[in-house]
Amino acid sequence: MIATTYPALFRLILPETIVAATALVVLTVDLVLMRDAGTRLRFAIGALISCIGCAGSIALMLIAPQQANIFDGILVIDPQTPLIQIALLVLTILMILISIESTFTKHVGEYLALVLFAATSMMFLVSSQNLLLIFISLELLSLSLYILAAFDKRSAQSAEASLKYFLFGATSAAFMLFGFSLVYGLTGSTNLTQIADATKGRPLDPLLIAAIVMTIIGFGFKVAAVPFHFWAPDVYEGAPPVSAALIASSSKVAGIVIFYQVMVIGFSGVETPGVWKDHMPVWVPAIACLAALSMVLGNLVAIRQASVRRLLAYSAIAHVGYMLLALVSHTEQSFSALLYYALTYALTTIGAFGVVAVVEAKIGGDKLSDFSGLSRRAPVLSFCMLIFMLSLAGIPPLAGFFGKFYIFAAALAAAPQTLGLLWLVILAIAMSAVSLYYYLQVLKRIYIADPPADAGPIQVSVVSQIVLCLIAFGVALLGCAPNILLGRL
Amino acid sequence: MGHLRFGILIMLAWTIYISFLGVLALLLLPKASVRAARIIALIATVGGLAVTLTAFAQQKSGTIVTVVRIPWIPSLGIEYHLAADGISLTLLLLTGIVATAGIFFSWNIEHRAKEFFAFYLVLIGGVYGVFLSFDLFLLFVFYEIAIIPKYFLIAIWGSTRREYAAMKLVLYSLVGSAMVLIGLIAAYVLAGAKTMNLADLAQFPFPIHFQMWAFPLVFVGFGILAGLWPFHTWAPTGHVAAPTAASMLLAGVVMKLGAYGCLRVAMVLFPRGLDAWGFYVLGLGSWRDVFALLALIGIVYGAMVALVQKDFKFVIGYSSVSHMGFVLLGLMTLTQTGLSGAVLQIFSHGILAGLLFAVVGRMVYDRTHTRDLDELEKINLYKFIPFAAVTFVVASMASIGLPGFSGFVAELQVLIGAWRAFPLYAIVAGIGIMIGVAYTWRAMQKAFIGKAESGSQHPSLPPISIPERIGAIILIGASLTIGLYPQLILSRIIPALNSPLFDGLRKGSW
Amino acid sequence: MNTLPLITTLTAVPLIGAFAILGVNSQNKKLPRNAALIFSFIALALTLIVWHRFNSSTGDLQFEELHTWIPALGVQYHVGIDGLGLLMLLLAAIVVPMSIAASWQIQENASLYFSLILFLQTGLIGTFTALNFFHWFIFWELSLIPAFFLIRLWGGPQRASAATQFFVYTMVGSIALLLAFLAIFQCTGVFDFISLTDLARNGQLIPSLAGKLGWHTLGPQQITMIIFCCASLGFVVKVPLIPFHTWLPSAYAEAPTGTTILLTGAMSKMGVYGFLRILFPIFFVEMRSARTLLLWLAVATIVLSAYAALAQKDLKRIFAYSSINHLGYCMLGMISVAGFHGESAAFSADKAAALNGVMLQMFNHGLTAATLFWFVALLEKRTGGLRGLNDFGGLRKVAPVFCGLMGIALFSSLGLPGLNGFIGEFLIFRGAFPLATWATALALLGLLATAIVILTILQRVFSGPLNERWQNFPDLTIGERLALLPPIALMFVLGIYPQLVLGVINSTALKIVQQMRY
Repeated sequence: MIATTYPALFRLILPETIVAATALVVLTVDLVLMRDAGTRLRFAIGALISCIGCAGSIALMLIAPQQANIFDGILVIDPQTPLIQIALLVLTILMILISIESTFTKHVGEYLALVLFAATSMMFLVSSQNLLLIFISLELLSLSLYILAAFDKRSAQSAEASLKYFLFGATSAAFMLFGFSLVYGLTGSTNLTQIADATKGRPLDPLLIAAIVMTIIGFGFKVAAVPFHFWAPDVYEGAPPVSAALIASSSKVAGIVIFYQVMVIGFSGVETPGVWKDHMPVWVPAIACLAALSMVLGNLVAIRQASVRRLLAYSAIAHVGYMLLALVSHTEQSFSALLYYALTYALTTIGAFGVVAVVEAKIGGDKLSDFSGLSRRAPVLSFCMLIFMLSLAGIPPLAGFFGKFYIFAAALAAAPQTLGLLWLVILAIAMSAVSLYYYLQVLKRIYIADPPADAGPIQVSVVSQIVLCLIAFGVALLGCAPNILLGRL
Repeated sequence: MGHLRFGILIMLAWTIYISFLGVLALLLLPKASVRAARIIALIATVGGLAVTLTAFAQQKSGTIVTVVRIPWIPSLGIEYHLAADGISLTLLLLTGIVATAGIFFSWNIEHRAKEFFAFYLVLIGGVYGVFLSFDLFLLFVFYEIAIIPKYFLIAIWGSTRREYAAMKLVLYSLVGSAMVLIGLIAAYVLAGAKTMNLADLAQFPFPIHFQMWAFPLVFVGFGILAGLWPFHTWAPTGHVAAPTAASMLLAGVVMKLGAYGCLRVAMVLFPRGLDAWGFYVLGLGSWRDVFALLALIGIVYGAMVALVQKDFKFVIGYSSVSHMGFVLLGLMTLTQTGLSGAVLQIFSHGILAGLLFAVVGRMVYDRTHTRDLDELEKINLYKFIPFAAVTFVVASMASIGLPGFSGFVAELQVLIGAWRAFPLYAIVAGIGIMIGVAYTWRAMQKAFIGKAESGSQHPSLPPISIPERIGAIILIGASLTIGLYPQLILSRIIPALNSPLFDGLRKGSW
Repeated sequence: MNTLPLITTLTAVPLIGAFAILGVNSQNKKLPRNAALIFSFIALALTLIVWHRFNSSTGDLQFEELHTWIPALGVQYHVGIDGLGLLMLLLAAIVVPMSIAASWQIQENASLYFSLILFLQTGLIGTFTALNFFHWFIFWELSLIPAFFLIRLWGGPQRASAATQFFVYTMVGSIALLLAFLAIFQCTGVFDFISLTDLARNGQLIPSLAGKLGWHTLGPQQITMIIFCCASLGFVVKVPLIPFHTWLPSAYAEAPTGTTILLTGAMSKMGVYGFLRILFPIFFVEMRSARTLLLWLAVATIVLSAYAALAQKDLKRIFAYSSINHLGYCMLGMISVAGFHGESAAFSADKAAALNGVMLQMFNHGLTAATLFWFVALLEKRTGGLRGLNDFGGLRKVAPVFCGLMGIALFSSLGLPGLNGFIGEFLIFRGAFPLATWATALALLGLLATAIVILTILQRVFSGPLNERWQNFPDLTIGERLALLPPIALMFVLGIYPQLVLGVINSTALKIVQQMRY
């Protein structure tokens, strides 16, 4: 254990502090200096400051990497943590850049600050192995997201989305808290490692099972796994696009990563004779069921959607199903597969929402029919969307494919002799083949359908184009050379 | 010396790069310049063809030569490993020829030409990649790259029920590739998750119970694309809906990807999956029997269905199913003659199907705007476009196995191989050939000769253009060359079949 | 020694011509026929060179060329000719210019037409010279396809069904033939006719066939018999023997007359040639077993077709049936020979006579029938397509030269001594009579009927009262007379001095007889 003097502690959480401080700066600058400036300018300045802040934080983590495990796992910085944090910050930057064109709010400062607060909470979330801090960070994140979801005050849908999100989120928080408290009661600790030690080898306790179930339910809501997914489509559809992107991407990365940590580190000791291994944690079958249900339901329901955002929502549910595979197999390799998958998925989703945002702004809707003939009206935008959709569908050489390959290979490799998880992998691959159908529906609209008769070319701002192209390039690059990311995981 | 000799083979990787560079060039092109787009596409395909031809001429022995081998994802043991043996070379050559001819037959594309050629080149690049990959992960990547452009090529530039056909084709392909992926990942993991190298995995002794399910899974997965009955239904609809060049590529090259995968991946990785089960179901005692039977059904069924089609293109579409049946039957013979016949048939049918689709799609349909055989019968086309008629006759003669053309040698070898393994099947396949003669004859008579006695004038048929003639001559020339001198290809296929890669299949001797 | 591969060159000439003409603009009417004529004359000249260099004192193969081709399939490029092959080459070389001359008035798609004729010639030459099944079969098929299109595209009103019938019959025959040889290749690994002959003579063929193709309870002989039947089907259809002949009359009648000349003059010999070159040496045991059946079929062919000719009204159909009849004689002679083995000197002479007769008859019939159809073509040209037996009358008065020359050809067909037809038929009967007495005697009935047919033509067309319609029937022009002169002259020459041909084929006939001893 390292010294825990305040300066040392401060040094350890400096990256998070920078982001939080940036949020405050943005807020101040916006409120004090630019009340009368136009929205666009305010967004530009605010975004610039936010990006600088995030970049500074990233730079700090790159320049001075540290390791720590203090206060009973409240702050754990292992070699992977900064990487995840950097990735989350990069996603945040991209998100902010996409939102630069938005017109849905005049409260630019608050908006950007909330995004940055969310980022801060995510950073804390992934660097903790203590139930207490996990819960606090998760709530901080959720609070930011509730507000962000409601940010378009002109839209009743936005309010509805937020309310729904809030209600489900609060319920899930209650479940989770209930579960955590039971765990604490049973083991006397909130540190994941200590919980694992305390539960190891003990006979199955109904209370412990209840605690685990509660925890799974809580996280299930957070990551929108079937059957806890009901909020997702409405929120994705109603929230302002950038908020939706945030909910769908980086918050999901943080959520799934911490879900993994809690289950795999915290509850690894609660074992039961397994079907495909001699012993496996008791929660594995439950997660396997969630995974299977999410993949099947998400993909099948997505086929019927007419709104691209809802389609993305159901596809997100399906992707959570794939990611849960990593929890089921929970080897070291599956964790790095999970990280790769979650990060590339988040990147792709931001891109997709970015395109949807532009289309909504210019055409006025996110229905499939609004995308008709887009390739003739905005070729670059369409090309980016092509990349995102194909990546989500898992077509090589894009990132989505390698993510899937890796996660499936890792799942099988958990029991290399018996190939115990083969059924789940087969289901996943089959469902992923189904998913191409609805992704192609979007592309069909874009590339094949004719544009409306009176439609001219769409002017997309340079920044959006550059950001989207960058994201598309990133998706392609990570797919072609996955080692860039993989080598660091 | 050795280095110098392989210098040209290193160039083979450029078949892939040239195609993708072509795509890049097309994307950067200003929108309006249709002509430039064509020329870029032509340069890219001719470049690819030139590279393959040179390599083909250089590499006379047919053994495996590594082109590139660098680590790609070291932690998973995945490499960027391109290599070529005689079989790859043959198929690369096929790809080069059909791709080039395809450009000539798409010379009249005006609608969104830039995108057309871009998708076209992506497809070609993917196909080259598959034929060159010796790392299974890489192979799968290229395999999937080749799938998506097909959707757009058909759905945007196609005809009859194009969106339905395109979606059907893509979903079939994708289901197939999903099955392949399952098999590959399972094999990868079983072998210790250290390598995806084809040669290494081929040496790994997979447990027989595993091979028994993995083999059919992967074989069917690839077989779907090869038109394996009863998973062939995407093929006729897809071919019919596709624009000419795309049908040429579909039948000429993409179906071959499937057959290539069956041989190169399924059979090489899981040779014992072909062993006897030890019991009989309906008289079938192994997967080999099952697939041979399916291939045979494909041959006869495809031919019989082709016999009753009204749409000219459907005739050719179903004939593809029938001819691909020969490939699969040849694979299942597990004899050197049968296997080399199968590869030869892959080549031969690739060329000929390309040619037939070119005649039907480009020369006839683009001029008459009908493919209904009863309609065409009234026109007496041979008087107006004799070149098309002659081309079609030559192509159909070649495809029904007229001696002197590539189809004859190929189907002959398959039949000889099949005779040793399944005598009865060989006879039935022979009957399939006869039905083939019948449908080709019927289509030819109806489409070109017709009933019209007093020349019903069809005034506005533009003459056959120069690019069409060039394309047709390239393809006929290729088929004739191989038909008259099959040694050209056989001398490269047979050493490849005798390489250690096929040890598991060979079990000592063919 | 001249190293120029003469046979290959000879095969290539018409092929090059065909491709060259195919490239001619289809609007150009004259160039194709001139070019085709030139190429066919070049081929004729080359054939004469071959004839000149041919060493007629031996029955062995000459001008052999042997190159590896597809080792994987045991395929070699192997060509060569003996007396029989040479004679057939000459026939093909003579008939093709006649066919081209008779097609002089073809206007529609002329380039395609003449190119197809030359393709067909390539096929003929190849068939008569190839000694490896693989490329022999290529040429065999190559002659079939152009023939189909010539009938299908330029034929008479019923061309569609005639062409299809022609195609289906010959194709079925070809496929049977192909299957038979594939089976043989399966068992022996050999495609080469000469090697197969050696195998057969060493008695290895039947065991190896039986060894690989064991099928239920069939014995070795039965298996070989099945293969023989398949193989012979291809030839029997081509000759044709009754009952496989039904395609022939309609095909001959519907084909443009120039094409009919080729069909009857050269293509119909492919079947007999196949028997002599392939079935005789390789399947002599089976030939012997099937002899009785074949013999009766041959007799039936001779007699029935002669009587069928009697019932026809269309000149082309009459000549078509008479064609069947004449080839029946060839079959009769050949099959009668097949029946006997042993060293008996008397029989050897008979056999040699019969075989000489068969070959001579092949040549003669080719020449005569081609000339006859040419006359029909000239007739059609003058009458606008009319060629019924009863459409004419008394032409002798208005067109004496025409009738005179055609009369010579008719008498040649009848077998009048002094003309070429006589000597061939005489030799056949001379040889076959001792070998198959009753059959030969019955076949004489056919001779009788043929005589009636020919005389009827002479009477109905040339003599009698002049039909009013043909008051202005033009006689042969000078050009036509000159063109017809060589074949007519040849008829006389061969009739008077058959040694010209017999000298070339005698050694070959003797050699075949020699081979038959086993």
